[in-house]
Amino acid sequence: MLEVSGLACTRGDRTLFRGVSFKLEAGGLLHVAGANGSGKTSLLRLLCGLGTPDAGEVRWRGGPIRVLREAYWREVVYMGHANALKDDLSATENLHVACMLAGRPTTAGAARAALAAFGLAACEHLPVRSLSQGQKRRSALARLSLSANAPLWVLDEPFSALDVDAVSHLEKLILAYIAGGGSVIFTTHQDATIAASVTQRVDLDALPEAGC
Amino acid sequence: MLSVMRSVIRRDLTLAWRRRSDVLTTLLFFVIVASLFPLGVGAEPQLLRAIGPGVVWVAALLASMLALSRLFAADYADGTLEQMLLAATPLSVIVIAKVVAHWIAANLPLVLIAPLLGLQFGLPADALAVLALALALGTPSLSLIGAIGAALTLGLRGGGVLLALLVLPLYAPVLILGSLAVEATAAGLSAQPYLLLLAALSLAALSLAPWAVSASLRISYE
Repeated sequence: MLEVSGLACTRGDRTLFRGVSFKLEAGGLLHVAGANGSGKTSLLRLLCGLGTPDAGEVRWRGGPIRVLREAYWREVVYMGHANALKDDLSATENLHVACMLAGRPTTAGAARAALAAFGLAACEHLPVRSLSQGQKRRSALARLSLSANAPLWVLDEPFSALDVDAVSHLEKLILAYIAGGGSVIFTTHQDATIAASVTQRVDLDALPEAGC
Repeated sequence: MLSVMRSVIRRDLTLAWRRRSDVLTTLLFFVIVASLFPLGVGAEPQLLRAIGPGVVWVAALLASMLALSRLFAADYADGTLEQMLLAATPLSVIVIAKVVAHWIAANLPLVLIAPLLGLQFGLPADALAVLALALALGTPSLSLIGAIGAALTLGLRGGGVLLALLVLPLYAPVLILGSLAVEATAAGLSAQPYLLLLAALSLAALSLAPWAVSASLRISYE
């Protein structure tokens, strides 16, 4: 499905990584590991098509993503460091807009169920501004429950700021999604139990030509 | 595609409504700048009538520019813009929706209040009507051209001043045609050619600016 060959990324005159290659099949769970500043976020952004790599290519179902553009983005869900929530909108309103942009319009009932599954039933109508950091993260992640029909999830530090319950719910969500044929690429610094199910690993610290 | 546009416009208008103070600031800025001129140049009716159209237009230009920095900055800061770049809908469509919402929230109030400001320059009634019409036809091109500047200066330090330097010179044709339309009416001539040219400028901006904005937004994420 996703084929990455010889990907390189430089910031200024510093090479973050070079020669990153892997193949991810349906149902694969790929963990991108590396120290802070090793380029995990940069790699995930390149995989989504935010920015152009300095070398190498990302291909989706055989076609380069630079050419596929919207056809690729319709199939990918990217959750970055930023929650992409508007402070003045409620969790429900945010969820509706996010799903609409992703080309997967949702119904009021489905949105409510997705938020309730993340323990936000009581605050679905409050402006996101008044939620805690962890609750904001949860309301951003609620989008995943409604994106099971997108074949690829790219998650940057999905477990950060979450409590134990939310982490285990998210892990269940990811495992169910993979079992259904979806593929996930994620980064994390936490010892998640999901590590046991990881099928592939890309370690940015252990690349042959890595370094400053 | 239309449903995405509708949902983005509705979202941006809801946000503008929940942050009404921003809209009000722009409007007050417009009123104050336009009101300072009669105080500065004296109460000579002939003189006021002569400078009126130009002053109201310059004030509208500045007020419209003031609101531009808000167009993408918040979406850039909270990561929503990233999701728009990765949306299933072409970015230029989303850009058009955002500019439409921005025009309704930031420029439509200016259009509606401008005749009132024209009144204090002693402009005749038909000139006031043409002033509002010219602003209604001309401000869309201000928003569209301004959006290119806002996208180019996104995430830069001191972007606000740079935005003004980039965008204000490009506003010149709209300013010239807009005030000429009002002056022509006040002099008893037809304003139609100027209004048609303003509409043409806005249409040209609508057909070109969204692509320039999308390209600039993608560059700012490189």
